[in-house]
Amino acid sequence: MCGGFFIFKTLAIHISKSISVLCYHCGDVCDDISISANENNFCCQGCKQVYLLLNENDLCNYYNLDKAPGLKAKGKFVSERFTYLDDDAIKQKLVQFSSNNQVNVTFSVPQMHCTSCIYLLENLHRIEPGVIKSQANFQQKEVFIIFNPTEITLRKVVELLAFIGYEPYISLNDTVSKKAPSFNRRQIYKIGVAGFCFSNIMMLSFPEYFSGGNIDEAGLKATFTWISLFLSIPVLFFSASDIFISAWKGVRQKFLNIDAPIALAIVVTFVRSYYEIISGHGAGYLDSGTGIVFFMLIGRWFQNKTYDSFSFDRDYRSYFPLGVTIINEGVEKNIPVTQLQKGNRIILRHEEMVPADAVLMKGTANIDYSFVSGENTAVEKRKDELIYAGGKQMGSAIELEIIKEASQSYITQLWNNEIFNSKKNEERSFIHPWSRYFTMILLTIAFATLIFWSIFDPAKILPAVTAVLIVACPCSLLLSATFTYGNMLRVFGKNKLYLKNVGIIEALAKINTVVFDKTGTITQTKAAVVNYYGLSLSANEISVIKSVTRQSSHPLSKIIAASIQDVPEKLLPVNQFKEYTGSGLEAVVQNIHVKMGSANFVQTGTDIIPHDTGTSVHVVIDEKHMGKFQVQNQYRKGIGTMVNGLEKKGFDLYVLSGDNDTEKENLHKIFGNAANINFQQSPQQKLDYIQYLQKNNKTVLMIGDGLNDAGALMQSNVGIAVSENSAQFSPASDAILDGANVNKLDKFIAYAKAGKKIVTASFILSILYNIVGLSFAVQGILSPMIAAILMPASSISIVLFVSLLSSYTAKRKGL
Amino acid sequence: MSALFLLIGISILVAGSFLVAFLWSVRNGQFDDDYTPSIRILFDDPEKSDTTSSSKKK
Repeated sequence: MCGGFFIFKTLAIHISKSISVLCYHCGDVCDDISISANENNFCCQGCKQVYLLLNENDLCNYYNLDKAPGLKAKGKFVSERFTYLDDDAIKQKLVQFSSNNQVNVTFSVPQMHCTSCIYLLENLHRIEPGVIKSQANFQQKEVFIIFNPTEITLRKVVELLAFIGYEPYISLNDTVSKKAPSFNRRQIYKIGVAGFCFSNIMMLSFPEYFSGGNIDEAGLKATFTWISLFLSIPVLFFSASDIFISAWKGVRQKFLNIDAPIALAIVVTFVRSYYEIISGHGAGYLDSGTGIVFFMLIGRWFQNKTYDSFSFDRDYRSYFPLGVTIINEGVEKNIPVTQLQKGNRIILRHEEMVPADAVLMKGTANIDYSFVSGENTAVEKRKDELIYAGGKQMGSAIELEIIKEASQSYITQLWNNEIFNSKKNEERSFIHPWSRYFTMILLTIAFATLIFWSIFDPAKILPAVTAVLIVACPCSLLLSATFTYGNMLRVFGKNKLYLKNVGIIEALAKINTVVFDKTGTITQTKAAVVNYYGLSLSANEISVIKSVTRQSSHPLSKIIAASIQDVPEKLLPVNQFKEYTGSGLEAVVQNIHVKMGSANFVQTGTDIIPHDTGTSVHVVIDEKHMGKFQVQNQYRKGIGTMVNGLEKKGFDLYVLSGDNDTEKENLHKIFGNAANINFQQSPQQKLDYIQYLQKNNKTVLMIGDGLNDAGALMQSNVGIAVSENSAQFSPASDAILDGANVNKLDKFIAYAKAGKKIVTASFILSILYNIVGLSFAVQGILSPMIAAILMPASSISIVLFVSLLSSYTAKRKGL
Repeated sequence: MSALFLLIGISILVAGSFLVAFLWSVRNGQFDDDYTPSIRILFDDPEKSDTTSSSKKK
């Protein structure tokens, strides 16, 4: 996504709320109201083109469903960008099915955000007849397309999507894992089967309970129990299989996990029930047994709701281009990026990413590193200068010579660090130590019961001991954790903090140190404040400055042009426009000579212009220094309050910035004078710093964006990636947080800590239930009816208790 | 009372048919996306008389 346009957008909204002309397509402020069609105004030619295409195909319903639904068109469309899609090997990897007259393919389209998007994506066949069918999946942010390869190529389909604003996210990494949905379905099958069997067995058990175990009709009791037996078989072997597998894995690693006592309880319940039924002694506990399985599966399903459309495990390969154009003795050729070698010459066009560290050979490079460092201004590079991988070229095509392979480049070698190969936060739940105690206490009680009855009444040994194991199933214990964390996961999701899994909640509750990145985390990446300092400018001079800066494609010029809103609508004609790479620009407008740029560039003979540290653009009109525009970072709203909140609760706070120290004063204002603020940190230094904190017994939360934080996010105990909109891609992390909600960080941590208390409270409740059940069991008088009442009652009351309590706590914490 | 045996058999068959229907609908992908279809049904067909293929394939 192009940084420049975002600067435009947010800034325009910041500075003037009075402007009323909005783009019909994307809702941005229109700088130039001369771009219009059918009495609708557009902010740029790109948006207008998209509108015309939709209008021509009678798809204007797009604009009626939601207001200004469009995605800002990316200006000039460069068709060479997708040439790699003509490569057969890459095609093969992307498509799911292909024959002579039909190709099926699914694209990830993260930009999908509203009803209009679905409408347009499902009507592609009306724009391009070669598309047979397109179907959107809003939650997965995917579009499934069937097209006719004799009429349209894969590349053309992608180009069409890109043109209307939905450029698919294509990565070879993602295409490998296509098996997720069928796994999910299997889980739902299991719940369905368990629910069916449980409810029918329950129904068949009622006559037994109501008659007190004496059914008069001959053969009726046997029929009921035998039907129950058959119904329970699929539950034992199909629905409960995961519990057994997990318990077995734990046992083999000499580790009693939470599934071990559950598996034991299920086995004992079923074996004893089968014995009773087959020998004709009684009805068994099959209703309780199948009930346990059903509730456990529901709990797991509830907890494991994941955010499918997010990817938490991306490495640099997901971001980098799939194909590059290399040039060899004047011949251009497309190769997959993996085959790129040292010494190759490549061509990079507008908006293309540098795949590996390289040296500029030809052309003027204007590299946007916002993706790597979060810095919002592009850097100009000249011939023979080094360009790091991860930057995006803005402007005309350039030629580069590769000096390092993609995996060895400055930014990508971070991934060679071993931290990226280790797994963290996987099932280290504090439930597990609990479950071990629980199992040990349970076995002790069972053993004591055995000894007791072997002394007093050996006939009661078997019923009493099995009853202990049946009733003391830790499922209500486990349910309390799954439902609390499942519910919390939803509360976090509602506040746009998307956690990778529930284990992160526990990790979050242990945090005592918070490390912030600066750019993009506590400041807004795409918005900037423009201030003018100096002599006052006349209205005419202001409109001259706007007209000149509009001519330039330099990001700073764009920011300044967009910040000037209160001028006459018409732009003035600009003459003798000249741009000096890396310095500034010069032009004549209505016989006024304007020079804008760095202090060195605008230096006139008479005035001495002081150098300054921030990003500023000086203005000289007719050889007279008027003043400067200063472009500053915009801090996010509510950061100060959030930081105060964290400080009050005793968290250690640190700031690690990759930037220079121009913002030092402002940061100290927020974090206090004694705060630990470090500037010019390389990605590796950030990682090392986190490691250093951890060695000093700190449990670290890292919050950052951009690839330069990737190592630190990975190293920290909890890494939260900040993303401006969920469609944007973020580095591998434990959680993804929407930029607008960074100021809720203190509340998130407080809520996670409260969650742990809720789970502990419900643990105590479930232990009380267990004591009641056990008091029956050890005496050998646990009837199937008591078990059948106690089991669902305890499960349901605990689920209600934790759900209500966690929702109530969320409200109290302001989430 | 022997009618009970018959009724139990029928009740399990009826319940079983619901289970089969449920499993079939899951297999068919009807639970994969519970949002988009609710939007899709609200889209008007184009006024022109050309029949779109939206109902043809599922």
